[in-house]
Amino acid sequence: MNTNSEKHIIIAGFGGQGVLFLGTTLAEAAIIEGKNTTWMPSYGAEMRGGSANCFVVISDGEIPSPLFDEADYGVFLSKAAINKFENTISKNGLAIVNSSMIGERAFRSDIEYVLEPLSDLAAHSKEKMLLNIMALGLLIRKTSILTKESVIKALTKVSSAKKPEFLKFNLESFEAGYNLIKSTSLDNKALERAVC
Amino acid sequence: MTQKVLIKGNKAIAQAAINVGLECYFGYPITPQNEIGEFMSDEMPKLGRTYISAESELAAVNMLIGAASTGTLAMTSSSSCAIALMQEAISAMATAEIPGVIISVMRAGPGLGNITPSQGDYFQATKGGGNGDYRTIVLAPSSISEAVELTYKTFYLAFKYRNPAMLLADGMIGQMMEPVELKPFDLKIPDSSDWEADGVGEGANKRPFRKLVSLHMQGDDLPKLNAKLQSKYNQIQMNEVMYEEFMTEDADILITAFGTVARVAKSVVTEARKTGLKVGLFRPITVWPFPSNELKEAAAGKKVLLDIELNEGQMLLDVKAAIDGVCPVELISKLGGEIVKAHEIMEKIIELSKKYSSQKAGAVC
Repeated sequence: MNTNSEKHIIIAGFGGQGVLFLGTTLAEAAIIEGKNTTWMPSYGAEMRGGSANCFVVISDGEIPSPLFDEADYGVFLSKAAINKFENTISKNGLAIVNSSMIGERAFRSDIEYVLEPLSDLAAHSKEKMLLNIMALGLLIRKTSILTKESVIKALTKVSSAKKPEFLKFNLESFEAGYNLIKSTSLDNKALERAVC
Repeated sequence: MTQKVLIKGNKAIAQAAINVGLECYFGYPITPQNEIGEFMSDEMPKLGRTYISAESELAAVNMLIGAASTGTLAMTSSSSCAIALMQEAISAMATAEIPGVIISVMRAGPGLGNITPSQGDYFQATKGGGNGDYRTIVLAPSSISEAVELTYKTFYLAFKYRNPAMLLADGMIGQMMEPVELKPFDLKIPDSSDWEADGVGEGANKRPFRKLVSLHMQGDDLPKLNAKLQSKYNQIQMNEVMYEEFMTEDADILITAFGTVARVAKSVVTEARKTGLKVGLFRPITVWPFPSNELKEAAAGKKVLLDIELNEGQMLLDVKAAIDGVCPVELISKLGGEIVKAHEIMEKIIELSKKYSSQKAGAVC
């Protein structure tokens, strides 16, 4: 884990899940708090269904590089995403995982996981729930990188600019994600037993 | 004070060009600069200005020649292997003294390479792939805020000197977002009315039609033109160098780096200072004109100079020529889209501080 104020966050999933939107919201919230931030996407022949990720850095100081080898926090929305980036999480770091999509797997013992079946929750909710924003709620609840208030402000700003009709769903999804926490610091045995 | 906005480098550059008063944009898609053309295709028509999606890079840069020769603020943007296609036209613009602006967002080469960030086109930009003794003014930003300021400056210098000018960014600047204060354009584009091809002549106002040409077949026209161009390049070299010095004065180890590499290097300088290692950074902002005299002065008395680049050491040639042996030179080079990490620079600095610890400062290698 980075001990200084600079925090590295990697968000990964597939195209269409709102990976870049989640990262943009974090970066906007960082600006609201007067922090420095960078947002760097995977780019190229990206498409719906293909892999997508973005690197976000939030810091009180100048940010040397928008890319990094070690992340403090990871948000993994697909199996390919966790397979590719799990090992970039630094020791004692945190992974927010969409457990609906990862299948059975072994877990690292030196980082914390928050496993939530976000795709299932989104699919079966009565209201329209967005899995990326639920993941954002989880991330903000579990960490102190940014306050809930500034993330809500950022979400309002970004939603209003892109799709105002989604604002209500975004805010509700964020609250739902924020209040979802039940599994923290699972031990290895519990993780092995976890059927996802 | 304007508010900070979260914006992608490519879009910030495009917005900056619009702020200058860009009248014509010509482009053909290539990653990692596509958002420039995308942004222009949205915004230029709204402003009643011209956006043309050209049939090729060659077409785009020749449209640029045409537009800029009439004194119109015009630009094209592209990347590496496609900037390569524009070299003949850049030489022609330099010869005919046409202020075309080119945005180059570097990807990794050689050849088609791949789309990752790189600095492999330093030679292409500063030495040119076109023919003859010409120069392109080249500015290299290390942040998105600076990319905005330098886009302004690129247009200004192109018109001030009637010369092609290039903004040389890399894929990281193009693709990342960071908070930017989009300051308004605060320079004045020099008047072009005394040279622009205005389509007026011979008849009513009794002066010949103006022609901006790159073919000079008559007598000693070409030697004279070359002498004039070289004199202009000397003026640019004397008047327009831009660079940043960070903790260089008392440094034992002087780092040289440009573009995004320099921001990584700067963070390492700060970290190294905390451990008592005297490190400084010299960052060329104009890579042509290269700040040769200023670098030589900064390097005098240093134990060693460490050049860091995302290429095989292309700027290194200019660095060595500038410092003319006043101190030894070492290199960190990353190729093919690999980026340089802060810890790698730090490890090299520790190694160099041991290697050169007994060296008398300023000793010639």
